[in-house]
Amino acid sequence: MSGNGQRFNVVGKSVPRVEGADKVRGKSVFTDDMKLPGMLYAKLKHSTVAHGRILKIDTSKAAQVPGVFAVMTGDDCAKPYSVNNYKPSEWPLAKGKVVYYGEAVAAVAAMDEATAERAADLIDVQYEELPVLLDPREALGRDDARIHEWAEHNVGYEGLQQFGPVDDTLEKSPHVVENSFYSSYTHCGFLEPQSTLADYNTGTGLLTVYTCNQLPHYLQQTIARTLDQQMEKIRVVIPTVGGAFGGKTEATPSCLVACMLSRATGRPVKITYTREEVFHQNKGRHPAHMTMKMGFDNEGRITALDFDCLLDGGGHSSWGFVVMWFIAALMHLPYKLPVVRYKGKRVYTNKPTPGAQRCLGGVQVRMAFECMLDMGAEKVGLNPYEIRMRNAVEAGYKGPTVIEVRHTEFKKCLESVAARSGFVGKYGKLPYGRGIGMAGGHYSTGGAFLLYPSFRPHSTAQIRVDTEAGVTLYIGATAIGQGAMTVLCQMVAEELGVDYREVHLVCQDTMLAPMDNGTYDSRLTYGSGHAIKNAAADIKAKLFDVAAIMVGAGKDHLECVNGEIRSIYEPNRKVPFRKAVYQYLSSVGPLFGTGEYTPPQPKGDYDGKLIGPSPAFGFTAQAAEVEVDLETGQIKVVGYWEAGDCGKAINPMAVEGQVEGAISMGLGAAFFEEMVMDAKGKMLNPNFHDYKMPTALDMPDLQTEIVDSYDPTSAYGNKEVGEGPVGPVIPAILNAVYDAIGIRFTEVPLKPEKVLWALGTIEAPAERRLHVSSESTYCARRGCAPDGTPL
Amino acid sequence: MKRVIELTINGSAYDVVISPQDLLIDVLRQKLDLTGTKKGCGQGDCGTCTVLIDGRRALACLTLAIACEGRRILTIEGMEKRGVLHPIQQAFIDKGAVQCGYCTPGMVMSAKALLDENPAPTEHEIKLGISGNLCRCTGYVKIVDAVRDAAGRLQAGADSGKGA
Repeated sequence: MSGNGQRFNVVGKSVPRVEGADKVRGKSVFTDDMKLPGMLYAKLKHSTVAHGRILKIDTSKAAQVPGVFAVMTGDDCAKPYSVNNYKPSEWPLAKGKVVYYGEAVAAVAAMDEATAERAADLIDVQYEELPVLLDPREALGRDDARIHEWAEHNVGYEGLQQFGPVDDTLEKSPHVVENSFYSSYTHCGFLEPQSTLADYNTGTGLLTVYTCNQLPHYLQQTIARTLDQQMEKIRVVIPTVGGAFGGKTEATPSCLVACMLSRATGRPVKITYTREEVFHQNKGRHPAHMTMKMGFDNEGRITALDFDCLLDGGGHSSWGFVVMWFIAALMHLPYKLPVVRYKGKRVYTNKPTPGAQRCLGGVQVRMAFECMLDMGAEKVGLNPYEIRMRNAVEAGYKGPTVIEVRHTEFKKCLESVAARSGFVGKYGKLPYGRGIGMAGGHYSTGGAFLLYPSFRPHSTAQIRVDTEAGVTLYIGATAIGQGAMTVLCQMVAEELGVDYREVHLVCQDTMLAPMDNGTYDSRLTYGSGHAIKNAAADIKAKLFDVAAIMVGAGKDHLECVNGEIRSIYEPNRKVPFRKAVYQYLSSVGPLFGTGEYTPPQPKGDYDGKLIGPSPAFGFTAQAAEVEVDLETGQIKVVGYWEAGDCGKAINPMAVEGQVEGAISMGLGAAFFEEMVMDAKGKMLNPNFHDYKMPTALDMPDLQTEIVDSYDPTSAYGNKEVGEGPVGPVIPAILNAVYDAIGIRFTEVPLKPEKVLWALGTIEAPAERRLHVSSESTYCARRGCAPDGTPL
Repeated sequence: MKRVIELTINGSAYDVVISPQDLLIDVLRQKLDLTGTKKGCGQGDCGTCTVLIDGRRALACLTLAIACEGRRILTIEGMEKRGVLHPIQQAFIDKGAVQCGYCTPGMVMSAKALLDENPAPTEHEIKLGISGNLCRCTGYVKIVDAVRDAAGRLQAGADSGKGA
C-alpha cells in the first residue's frame, strides 16, 4: 500500500512485460537482425597506434576490389562532435591524427561483409607515432605532447565548487580523515554490439537511421550537425536495444559513417561492430583518481569535505564535462554536507574514451565517500550504521547547492538493511577473515535542465483513442531493457481503465513520436508518468463530456475502471469505455490528448549549477558480508542485502530486476572488471574472455527489498531505481573486507593477488603501487594480532 | 570452394550454399534469416549464439556450418510449438527473467539443454548450467528462478502424461 493512501488498479502490480513473448521467441528485431533490399555491408579500418599523426591513407587498392561501392576517410568528414558539442573532438573517421588504438580511420561499403573486410585490409595507413600518454597524472605534465592541440596540459575540462570555509572548518573539526582512491576503468558490457542501418532515399532526401541508441532525438541532432543534414530530413528509428547502460547514449562513429556511406551510394548500409570494436569505442565509466579529506564533530556528524577528483578522459570529449560536474553534484547526497570544496579535472589520455555508464558519477563518489564514512566512524567511535543514520538526509533537506530533497525514505532503507543483515551484531565481531560492510547511495531522477540547448518540455505524450486502434500512446521514450514499455502501458491503463496489454505503443521513432529528452539519468518513468497523466486527463476531459450524458452523472464524478466509465458515487451508473469512445467519435470527432512535463528548474549561482538538481531522488542502502580466503586471496560474498526507496514501484518485479542487475554490475566492478592497456596503449582484453563480467556462478544470494514509499511530487509516486543501486556495491565490499582482515583497500577491482600483496603473502611487483591505506586499527578493534591470532 | 549442403533446422531441411569456413551463426542469421540466435561476441565467450545440435548445447559462432550436415539443429525459433510457448519460455516471461532480451534466446537454449539432461536441478546446477551465458541486465536472480519454475512446469506436464 502506498504511503499517502493512493489507490491504484494497475500501477503497483508485478506484471509480465509487454514485449516478453517476442523476446523469448527470438522475434524481437534488433538492428543487426535487419536487412533492406540492396543493402550494403560496411567495415572500418582501425588505427594500429594509440597516438599518431596520419601521414597518408592509400585507399586505391581497396576501391578496386570487385563488389566495393564506396571507400571513405577522414577527408570525407565535415565536422567533429561530442556530447552537447562541448569541445567536439571525435570525427566519424579520424582526421589528421588518431588519439587511441582502434580508432576508425577509414571505411568500406561493399556487397557483403567478407568483401568489405578484405578491402579494408588493403587500405594502407602511415602514421608518425607520437608519445603515448596513458595516465592522466602524467598527461598533465606533458604539454609538449598534447593529444588535442587546443587542450593545454591535456586538460579537457576543470572546475571548482566551494561552499563555506572548508580549510577553517576542517582545522577546527575534532576528527579528520584523509585518503586517496582509484576507481576502475570499466565498460558498460551490453551484450548487443552497436549496429546501424542507414537508408538514404535519393528521391526524397530522407535519411532513415535504424540504430541501437538511448537518445534518438539527441542522435538526430548530432547527425544533423555533424553531417550537415537537415533535421527534418532525418528519421531515427530505434529497433529493440540489447542493453545500453549509458554506453549507447552517444552517436558511435560507425553510425555516422553508415549515414555518410548511404548518402554516397544511395543504398542502405549496415555497420555492426565486432566485440573488439565495441571495447575500443568504449564510452564506459571514467576512472577517477580521488583524494578526500573529511571532518567530523564528536557526534559523528560530517563538518566538511575537501574533494579532489582527477578523471581519466581517454582520447575524446564524450560526456566528460557532464561527468565532472555530476560527480560534484552527487557528493551532496544522501548525507548532509554543509561545507564542501570540489576540484574536478578531466584529462585526455591515449585510451578508449570513457563516457556514460549506469550510475554515472555516483560509482566514483560513493566508493570514496562511503569508505571515508567508515574511517570517520572508527575515529569517532561509532558503528558504521550509526554514523550513516546520524548524517542521512531527510525530506525537505536543502544543502549548500540548489539541490533539494523533496522526498526520501533513506533512513528506512538503512534501518531495513541493518536489521535484515544483522549488521550491528556482526560488525567487528565476526571471526578473522570474515567481515560485514555497509554503504548508502542515491541517484537523480532526471536532470532539471535539458541536454538540448532549448526550453521545450522534457517529456511529451500523445494519446489517441478510436475504434480502429483502440488506445495508442505516442511517446518519445526508448526502452533499453529496463521495462519502460510495460510501465508506460500500465500508466495509460491506470488512467483509462483498459488492460495494459491492450495499449498500443508508438515510440523509438523521431518521426512518429514527439520529442523526448531520452533514456538517461533515470528520468524516463518519472517524466513520462507526468506527461501520460496529463495526456490522459486531456482525453478524459473531452470524453467525459459525452460519457456523462450516457451515464447520467456529473462529468466531474466519472472514473475509468475495468473497461468502463462509471460514477465514482454510484458505480452501477456506467457505460463501456469503448461505447463512449464510439459515441464521441461520431458526435464530436477525433479524440486526441496531449500532455507534457518539465521539471522544476532552480536557479543557482555557481559553476556547474545546471548539473545535479532533479525533481526527485531514489535512495538505496546495502550491506555485504564477505569471507576472505587468506591462502588464495579470493573473496567470497556470503550475504548481500539491499533496501531501496524508488517511491512507488510501478512494476515491482521489474524494479527487483533493475536492482539485481545494478548490484551485479557493481560486483563486477568490485572484483573483476578492468580494461587493461599495454605500454603502447593497445587494449589487452577487448573481449569477454579476458574482460570478466559476472556469470550466474559469481552471484551471491541477493536479498533486495522495496521499502514502502510514495513520492508526492511524482505522477504515480515513483522515482529513480535503475542507477543508484550500482553505487554502494564497491564501498560495501571494501568496508566488509576491512572488517574481515583490517586492510583498507582503496582501489578496485579487488583481485586475489592484491589481497595477497596486502597480506604480505606474496610480494607485489616493484612497479605496482597498491592503493591501500596504511592506517589500521584492526588489532585494537578486534583484540588480536595482525594475522588474527587472539592476544 | 562453395558447395550446397543440407541443414536440418527445427525439423525442416534447408539447402544452403556455403563456403567451408562459414560459421553456423552467420548461415543462420544471414542466409536463413533465423535471426533469433544472437551474435554477442563472435568469440565463444558470451553464449548468446547457443543452439542445440543433436540435443547438445553448441555455440553457433564457433561451429562450422559444414560440420552440421546430417545433424539436428534446434534454435530458439523451434522452441514454440503451434503458437504455444515452450514452458521454459513461458517461465522466463512470468518470472521477469527477460530484460533487454539479447541473452534470452541463448539462455533459453541452455536451460533446455540443462533440463533435458537433468529435469530436477539444484540451484547450483542451474547456475552451472547457464554459466556459459552472460547476462548484463538481470544479475541472473530471476533467470535462475525461471529455470527452476520451468523444471516444475515440465515435471508437472510429464506427470500428467501430456509431455512438453
